[in-house]
Amino acid sequence: MDEAVDLWSYLARDPMLWLTATLLAYIAAERLSEMAGRHPLANPVLIAVILLAALLTATGTPYATYFEGAQFVHFMLGPATVALALPLYDNLARVRASLLPMAAALVAGSLTAIFSALGIAWALGVRGEVLVSLAPKSATAPVALGVSEAVGGQPSLTAVLVILTGITGAVVATPMLNALGIRDWRARGFAVGVAAHGIGTAQAFRVHSTAGAFSGIGMGLNAVLTAILAPLVVGLLL
Amino acid sequence: MIRNIAVLLVFQLAGETLARGLGLTVPGPVLGLAGLFALFALRPAVADRMRETCRGLLGHLSLLFVPAGVGVTAHLTTFGADGPALLAALVGSTVLAILAGVFAFLAVAQLTGSEAAEEPSDG
Repeated sequence: MDEAVDLWSYLARDPMLWLTATLLAYIAAERLSEMAGRHPLANPVLIAVILLAALLTATGTPYATYFEGAQFVHFMLGPATVALALPLYDNLARVRASLLPMAAALVAGSLTAIFSALGIAWALGVRGEVLVSLAPKSATAPVALGVSEAVGGQPSLTAVLVILTGITGAVVATPMLNALGIRDWRARGFAVGVAAHGIGTAQAFRVHSTAGAFSGIGMGLNAVLTAILAPLVVGLLL
Repeated sequence: MIRNIAVLLVFQLAGETLARGLGLTVPGPVLGLAGLFALFALRPAVADRMRETCRGLLGHLSLLFVPAGVGVTAHLTTFGADGPALLAALVGSTVLAILAGVFAFLAVAQLTGSEAAEEPSDG
């Protein structure tokens, strides 16, 4: 028994364990998602997060310990963002033909995200720094955290809101847009990238390569626009 | 493969350096994206060489968000009494923002005559 405890305390400290667990949880989540016929509710990010959170709780592992291993996966977000240059390049003709629709969708989606989040939360009684932490939640995490800090929000709360927004967008977009009968992959992808940043983009790539390319563009442009608009809107309203 | 990853890292690093150096709000990787895109436009052969690596990374973009997602579960208590209101705001505003974006895109596409060619579904 003591040996088992020793072995566990060795493994639990080794970053290898949680790196491996992250990859296995993701593979299991992908498999479950396939089994569910790729139903959007069976989102692999959501399933993998639930599996790992349950495992961390069951083993009493703090998040900081987990992240020592998982950071190697997390780190790849930067290079993956740079890699979005390829779908942008491959879709250049389509992008050139869609500049005006993209501009309209960017402004409409970005403003709606900021105003409706603040409006709904305000109507439900949220005030102060918790409320302003919501403003940049549709932007990609590094931008959202910077904006949150600049407008007097709580960056750690904004980080949570950003991730939950991404998962929400990834889960609701496909069934909602299918139900509405919208088949323009450019419009679908772009709107999801604006509203739900990288997690929405990951889902868009699972649905259609054109949607993924446009989603990546939407995410990048909304990062810039939110950094400009969110402080203005917060200054105007609050 | 290693060379392609090195190219991605070099552009990310250049982007981060530029963003920090000039005090820009745009994240470094987004600037790196723009730089790599410019390289692809100048040298299409580079895009062909990097296609497999980029597709490999983007095909598993979901995986890369898992560690941050697990972090959320560790911080759910920060919501406190505002939890239900914040969740309602998140879900409501995400749905509204997607709809606003899609319909604005389609309306302007129709006005400017840049409607999508029929594309088959990826399946």
